[in-house]
Amino acid sequence: MARAVTTQRKVTFTVVGWLVGLLIFFPILWTFLTSFKTEGDAIASPPYFLFFNWTFENYVEVQQRSDYFSHFINSVVISVGSTLIALLIAVPAAWSMAFSPTKRTKDVLMWMLSTKMLPPVGVLVPMYLIFRNSGLLDTRIGLTGVLTLINLPIIVWMLYTYFREIPGEILEAARMDGASLLKEVIYVLTPMAVPGIASTMLLNIILAWNEAFWTLNLTASKAAPLTAFIASYSSPEGLFWAKLSAASTLAIAPILIMGWFSQRQLVRGLTFGAVK
Amino acid sequence: MGNITLHKVSKSFGSSTIIPRIDLDIADAEFVVFVGPSGCGKSTLLRLIAGLEDVSGGTIFIDGKDVTKEAPAKRGLAMVFQSYALYPHMSVRNNIAFPLKMSGEDKAVIDKKVNDAARVLNLTAYLDRRPGQLSGGQRQRVAIGRAIVRQPKAFLFDEPLSNLDAALRGTMRLEISELHHQLNTTMIYVTHDQVEAMTMADKIVVLNAGNIEQVGTPLELYRNPQNLFVAGFIGSPKMNLISGNPASRANAATIGIRPEHINISKSGGDWKGTVSVSEHLGADTFLHVNTEGVGQVTVRADGDIAVEHGETIYLSPDQAKLHRFNAEGRVM
Repeated sequence: MARAVTTQRKVTFTVVGWLVGLLIFFPILWTFLTSFKTEGDAIASPPYFLFFNWTFENYVEVQQRSDYFSHFINSVVISVGSTLIALLIAVPAAWSMAFSPTKRTKDVLMWMLSTKMLPPVGVLVPMYLIFRNSGLLDTRIGLTGVLTLINLPIIVWMLYTYFREIPGEILEAARMDGASLLKEVIYVLTPMAVPGIASTMLLNIILAWNEAFWTLNLTASKAAPLTAFIASYSSPEGLFWAKLSAASTLAIAPILIMGWFSQRQLVRGLTFGAVK
Repeated sequence: MGNITLHKVSKSFGSSTIIPRIDLDIADAEFVVFVGPSGCGKSTLLRLIAGLEDVSGGTIFIDGKDVTKEAPAKRGLAMVFQSYALYPHMSVRNNIAFPLKMSGEDKAVIDKKVNDAARVLNLTAYLDRRPGQLSGGQRQRVAIGRAIVRQPKAFLFDEPLSNLDAALRGTMRLEISELHHQLNTTMIYVTHDQVEAMTMADKIVVLNAGNIEQVGTPLELYRNPQNLFVAGFIGSPKMNLISGNPASRANAATIGIRPEHINISKSGGDWKGTVSVSEHLGADTFLHVNTEGVGQVTVRADGDIAVEHGETIYLSPDQAKLHRFNAEGRVM
């Protein structure tokens, strides 16, 4: 009997799992399918699922109207750049908090996290003015700087959690073996934390890639990443669903492919430290 | 050379004082064991010598040079940690070579030293493995290998065997003692296991609540404990410590008698008692005897003794081996 119940439970969980998975994946699938429809087919009621006239015209038009590749390059530069700079700052910060904590370390961590609780729109005006006055509006450097600062608390937190898992004795052994602080970080700490650093990096590239608020408000054309590229297809005159879908598909495809290949790292990153 | 001198060394964490004030001399090539119960400050003392903790007061000299403010690596000491603290992402070879690489040694020299160390420690076959692929004993040997390649002035061992099983602990104990004879270098060894202390040490430092209770050779400590703490801590089974009437008859606040210094008779003796438990170990038998007016007394008897639970026996302590302590717990 026990075996029968187990199988039944397994089947139920599998079916429910698949259903939830499909439900979550459905908008992406629908966007993907819509991107191959004509504008007419895209708004047809009842909607077509698979049997419509498949066409590439939306992709061609999207590329002609707005230069996909320049937006793509902007997205890559901004998301990868901001993550790398943030890592450079966060590794030493997390190191010191994990291995030489003070009475106030927890407070500092909470304070860093609290900055994420502020609605970004609350500081939009001052930020905009700072950007305008220092000539950073619509520049990759400006946007990279903002995204670095926005994601820094999360990166420090994630690395701090990873570093805490590394036994302090190993670092002390390195110190006894004559490693300077820098060599200790380079030869011992970083290689041991590579899985953690990699998943932190991946997650933050995704966060930066999808960041829409600041990228839309602080760029116009030159530094506009793919978020601005998608947004340009929503217009007051009405939505062109098929073209919007084509633009969305193009925008999310790179990050989706990257996420797909690194999903094991990502899952590890998100659940790290949850169970011992 | 490896003379280590502690002069009025103290350590506090915030308001709690771990080590009030310690003076200690460790001679070159000596095997010194710090022993004491958990939390007595023995590991902290070792870490102060290593430089992994800063002293709150006092001075540490190595070969006459004040190293109190020196970084750990500058003190010329090597440490073996309880958790081995190997670098998990490096092969055994790179683990052992790490301190040499850090000091910028030539590659040929590094290779030679690593191979030599591996040969001494029977690790040659494992040089290309990662620590995760080794057994506990092998890992401990790698940790020792990493320490010996540096040719340090002194080795510091922080409870290095406590993660190993009993059989392996015995073997590694011998290996470390042999290594000491081979290298003839100062070794400071921290343990809570008084058997390790007794078997390995040239000199034992007994610590209690951050204070040195007594310093001496294992047999000095065993035969002439200076106070109740040392008397109770050194020796297994423990010394019987008896207060009350039997002690006042000997003009002392407490008397101590080792289990092997008590004679057993079935017909008559000083103390009458009933055997509560008899532990037959083969060569020896430990008898736990409930003695009238004295309390529970442990006796080490011959392995062949035929005494069972509930039997009445008479015990007579060997008066020449009796330890007498005053009300402050000091030997009289």
